[in-house]
Amino acid sequence: MGRSIHWPAGINRAYRLILCIGDRTGKLMERESMEFDVVIVGGGPSGLSAAIRLRQLAAASGRELSVCVVEKGAELGAHILSGAVMEPRALDELLPDWQAKGAPLTVACADDNFIFLTERRAVGLMAPPQMNNHGNYIVSLGNVVRWLGVQAEEAGVEVFPGFAAAEVLYDPSGAVRGVATGDMGIGKDGKPTENHTPGVELLAKQTIFAEGVRGSLTKSLISRLHLDKDCNPQTYGIGIKELWEVDPSQHRPGRIEHTVGWPLDRETYGGSFLYHLDNNQVAVGYVVGLDYKNPYLSPFEEFQRFKTHPAVRRIFESGRRLSYGARALAEGGFQSIPRLTFPGGLLVGDTAGFLNVPKIKGIHTAMKSGMVAAEAIFAALEKPASGALEVTAYPAMLKASWVWKELYLSRNIRPSFHWGLWGGILYSALDTYLFRGRAPWTLKVHSDHDQLRDARDSVPIAYPKPDNTLTFDRLSSVFLSGAVHEENQPCHLQLKDPSIALTVNLARYDSPEQRYCPAAVYEIVTEAGDNSSHLHISASNCLHCKSCDIKDPTQNINWVVPEGGGGPNYPNM
Amino acid sequence: MKALVAVKRVVDYNATILVKADGSGIDTNNLKFSINPFDEVAVEEAVRLKEAGMVSEIVVVSIGPAQAQDTLRNALAMGGDRAILVTVDGDVEPLAVAKLLRAVVESEKPDLVILGKQAIDGDCNQTGQMLAALLGWPQGTFASALAFKDGELNVIREIDSGNETVSLQLPAVITADLRLNTPRYVSLPNIMKAKKKPLATTTPATLGVDVAARQRVLKVEPPAKRKAGIKVGSVAELVAKLKNEAKVI
Repeated sequence: MGRSIHWPAGINRAYRLILCIGDRTGKLMERESMEFDVVIVGGGPSGLSAAIRLRQLAAASGRELSVCVVEKGAELGAHILSGAVMEPRALDELLPDWQAKGAPLTVACADDNFIFLTERRAVGLMAPPQMNNHGNYIVSLGNVVRWLGVQAEEAGVEVFPGFAAAEVLYDPSGAVRGVATGDMGIGKDGKPTENHTPGVELLAKQTIFAEGVRGSLTKSLISRLHLDKDCNPQTYGIGIKELWEVDPSQHRPGRIEHTVGWPLDRETYGGSFLYHLDNNQVAVGYVVGLDYKNPYLSPFEEFQRFKTHPAVRRIFESGRRLSYGARALAEGGFQSIPRLTFPGGLLVGDTAGFLNVPKIKGIHTAMKSGMVAAEAIFAALEKPASGALEVTAYPAMLKASWVWKELYLSRNIRPSFHWGLWGGILYSALDTYLFRGRAPWTLKVHSDHDQLRDARDSVPIAYPKPDNTLTFDRLSSVFLSGAVHEENQPCHLQLKDPSIALTVNLARYDSPEQRYCPAAVYEIVTEAGDNSSHLHISASNCLHCKSCDIKDPTQNINWVVPEGGGGPNYPNM
Repeated sequence: MKALVAVKRVVDYNATILVKADGSGIDTNNLKFSINPFDEVAVEEAVRLKEAGMVSEIVVVSIGPAQAQDTLRNALAMGGDRAILVTVDGDVEPLAVAKLLRAVVESEKPDLVILGKQAIDGDCNQTGQMLAALLGWPQGTFASALAFKDGELNVIREIDSGNETVSLQLPAVITADLRLNTPRYVSLPNIMKAKKKPLATTTPATLGVDVAARQRVLKVEPPAKRKAGIKVGSVAELVAKLKNEAKVI
């Protein structure tokens, strides 16, 4: 819909307006369209790498090629959250002179520590070879992305932060012809406010979906085009991170610590990361596999408890917390990669799931997938096309690249943790040292939402109260994320059937969304009068981590993009 | 009629501000910056006046670092016609800002200057008043509504005792309060168009203005943390606590 609607002569504008208001969705139908050669949804490492590579190729061959990136965050980097230890392999290939161009990769990894925690003790383990970080850098991925954005703009990419791609546009043959940005100024009631500004149709010969983990448009594409019919389901983790300024006596730039064990139980996959950056800053975080079984488990509280371990607390006791955030990560790896192309578009980066779990790294693979996609698209656009283009060379080229080899060799590590912490470690050692990733089998990956046990078969977990020095509650944490949404807009966390929140989530699982959401979005509120309960959704707290969309037992929660510019505003994360 | 609108690049109102550990100032590293919200209201008002046919050209001006170009492009995307950036690194005090603006006014000769009533970083609330004084023009500060009547400009001002209406002869200086209007969303096509609108840069030296600081910041510290509150059981208990513990009644 859009400008292509031709109104019969004689229908005046006022009448058209009445028709528009009468539209089922309450949206005004007039929207402008803009055409580009390539439109990229998402300004993260994969999307910006694709954009930069496309413009590099165009410049080298003297061809005109228009590239546009839309980003739902208020600015580039605002929604980016990662540990992060970055392997510079893809960056070396994309911008070999990144050092001279001032890329914020300044803290070289110094020492790796892999530690098993019990409640009181910390036992050093031999770090597996995948976790050797020699030659890597401890970075703020948000800042790397801000820098990549500058490189992209200098290369002639049109970058539009603050605009959320809300809808995939298809042509009559079913091919993707672009995306539409969301309307701005739609009220809570779904009706346009006086400041209503319609979205814009961004049309392209190729649309690259680079939305990051569990992209909302990618989700709709996977379901509509059955992109996952030949792969395992995707499995995810939720990563929660804080940035601290610590006492100089506790600061060891370049130091890396990873832990497994306490406070998590042995059946739950997860662990901590702790990276010493520069300026007395330490990034600390906790990842919990979203295939956890106990509905009473709270990833947020596990993380807070982790910081109280005697070996950890001394680092933070005299420090101050600067920032907070959370984001899901894709852990399915090789087995869970969906079909990557379809007529009119393709998937790159973590929305396709290129994270290397044993390495705990996905920035380099995300960037490389974007670059390979750019090369394939550029070559395909050279030939005159009739009809929608499916760039099938992209998966072929990716399979020939180091990305595929890396993911193949590490494919069995994460699923082996289905046998618990020690089973997983034992299997991983065998797979790594004996088979070297070439075991003649491939372990299956399962989905996360169907893993919860009933609450009545589960043991509630008593988490300690926050001390407000080392440990905090969710609301004071969300405050540090800078999360903000326009209050007068429709709720972007949609329940397909609102009654299921009580009949299934509350009745069977004691509403686990109250605990897995790291932003206190979901709360069961019981009325004092008639003792009735309802699920209250504080959508404006949302950190866009996507955990609810992933973990909800009946997949009743659907995460859609809110008004552009909404969400966290992470500095230095 | 020509309107000049001054806009400032400030730390975004949603950003979490942290004071540097050594107390020398705010840590602005990688914080999001955007247009000062009061200035955004000022731009919106100028655009509405243009849409109403009262204003023929809108010139937006900013004083700040090279990145303030983004702030100006934002104002151009809202509907400004062209932009001027006076490039200065570091803080500029309100008097220096007012002198720079006076120099721009003298070359641009607008009939109306609209500014935000204050910037949300320094909260000084001085620039508009100082500019009016330097120019010898009438001023309408804290404006919540504008109306042109018989060649005069009526400005409704929000003051402590209510609304006050002042009648000004043009040229005049107006400072905008939040209730003057609700700024529009900028659209993608307008952002594209704004990239092609003219943006000139100049410097304080060219304008002949000394921007050296006249004040010295001794120390910046965060406000004291608020203590947790308590719940009281009854009005009587509340009154007793206010009387005996807080000693405020």
